[in-house]
Amino acid sequence: MKGNEAFAEAAIRAGADGYFGYPITPQSEVMEYLMAEKPHERTGMIVLQAESEVAAINMVYGGAATGKRVMTSSSSPGISLKQEGISYLCGAELPCLIMNAVRGGPGLGTIQPSQSDYFQSTKGGGHGDYRLLVLAPASVQEMADFARLGFDLAFKYRNPVLVLSDGAIGQMMEKVYLDPQRPRFTDEEIKQNTPWATTGKTPDRERNIITSLALESAKMEQHNIALQAKYRQMEEEEVRYEKIGCDDAEYAFVAYGTSSRICQKAIQLAREQGIKVGLMRPITLFPFPKKIIAQMTSRVKGILVVEMSAGQMVEDVRLAVEGRVKVEHFGRFGGIIPSPVEVVEALKKQIIGG
Amino acid sequence: MAEAIVNTELIQPENLVYKRTELLTPNALSYCPGCGHGTAHRIIMEVIEEMGIQSETIGIAPVGCSVLAYDFMNIDMQQAAHGRAPALATAAKRLNPKKYVFTYQGDGDLAAIGTAETIHACNRGENIVIIFINNGIYGMTGGQMAPTTLPGMKSSTSPYGRDVAMMGNPLKITELVAQLPGTLYVTRQAVHTPVAVRKAKKAVRKAFENTKLNKGLSFIEIVSNCNSGWKMTPRKANDWMVENMFPFYPLGDIKVNE
Repeated sequence: MKGNEAFAEAAIRAGADGYFGYPITPQSEVMEYLMAEKPHERTGMIVLQAESEVAAINMVYGGAATGKRVMTSSSSPGISLKQEGISYLCGAELPCLIMNAVRGGPGLGTIQPSQSDYFQSTKGGGHGDYRLLVLAPASVQEMADFARLGFDLAFKYRNPVLVLSDGAIGQMMEKVYLDPQRPRFTDEEIKQNTPWATTGKTPDRERNIITSLALESAKMEQHNIALQAKYRQMEEEEVRYEKIGCDDAEYAFVAYGTSSRICQKAIQLAREQGIKVGLMRPITLFPFPKKIIAQMTSRVKGILVVEMSAGQMVEDVRLAVEGRVKVEHFGRFGGIIPSPVEVVEALKKQIIGG
Repeated sequence: MAEAIVNTELIQPENLVYKRTELLTPNALSYCPGCGHGTAHRIIMEVIEEMGIQSETIGIAPVGCSVLAYDFMNIDMQQAAHGRAPALATAAKRLNPKKYVFTYQGDGDLAAIGTAETIHACNRGENIVIIFINNGIYGMTGGQMAPTTLPGMKSSTSPYGRDVAMMGNPLKITELVAQLPGTLYVTRQAVHTPVAVRKAKKAVRKAFENTKLNKGLSFIEIVSNCNSGWKMTPRKANDWMVENMFPFYPLGDIKVNE
């Protein structure tokens, strides 16, 4: 199964209520798969092709505001268009699932895979002080797993969750284990689970209002303080990562997604040459596993951050390391995936020999 | 004058001929005195009350003067990004097919920044109601030129009057959406006189009733005044609206399908 298809199928099985999207390479398979599967007949899930990415993300807003499990997906230029809506979703504290199959930029860029949307994903992207909870899959299996996990975390925090994939993971085919179908919530369950949702004002409660607006500054500051507390809670409870070959490592790669898979092969090649190197793979990019990376500096002599970008996550690694060991970046970009040999050479040149 | 009003003997339940609908909150309206928004709010809420569908209705507020519509309408409401209300309504309705979903939008919201969302929601035939308040100006931001500003009409960004050669033509979006197969009912109304209010309320009722038919979108334009933005007294603004707006935006039904 392709990564994009696994994501779509897993979303149906996670009990999604609605998908709203607009075609863009390299992730159009998500909507194509959903349309072909007729989830309306399978589970009652709604799938709608919107007139634009802007409309799609605002459909997500309208659906999420009624307490439904709703989602969208796109690729970099389309995700840029969605940023206004994402900011509103965060401001109004609405849960939803968003997938970005990142392609090379800037501008129309290329349709080949890239990791150059890290800043946009983890530092905001739209206006205002907000955070997305960002999951970075490195396999088709994780594309499926993170669809369900993403919905669950979105509702736990009333916040959008972004699955930051890329063109490679979306397009490649791997074996995948899919969870059984989870029923969609009934309207009664939605009223119980999301008492804030606009499900229609009944005599037993005040009207529900979904908005990101507070004209009084003091009120807006309180809202911001509450949002920040929520993001701190994510940092306490939701950090996810994977360490490979780190126990005896003298050096470490830090890489996520497709780059982390290149690094796994690079570890093998390097160890054949007697270089003890491990991999720290952040799974959540926000919250970022900064404490774990800081702890690693007591063991390793240097860290090479491998990204398919000009160097974005490397800034967060440097902040975590606080200068205790050398941190360098190696990247290919514009749609090029680095080879494991290149990565080993970069490790030798920039970290070991440097 | 004050003595005439405070006649407690007259204020008795048996003498009551009219009262504010419970579906309007007691909050003081944020609109300028003389503005048509308050009346438009009232007739929509009265229709929802009369139909007994408060618990089945979801309203979508826009960006513009009516951004705070949810402060006044005692129903569940969502506040949309500028121009996107029809997209919100599309999803809210499709995911909750038994609900009544309506948007309440101004001319800048609906006919400029939100043109794509408006046209595509209409064209898809979403089973929603769109209420479009057209006062030919951006009221909330201080009286700038709107997509519906008349030729020659002054605004803060057309201070010498709208020059159509330079600034383009006003957009008759209501006539435009009437051409689309997805619209079931398209009408243009006003709320400046008791007669107009009664007609407009009938149109709102018809639009909400249409939701039950599942046959397409109902679109109601309400041509209204903006005495502050037009820099006129409320009465002068209404007169000006009748003399200038109505010839360009004629009142009445444009499309009535069953």
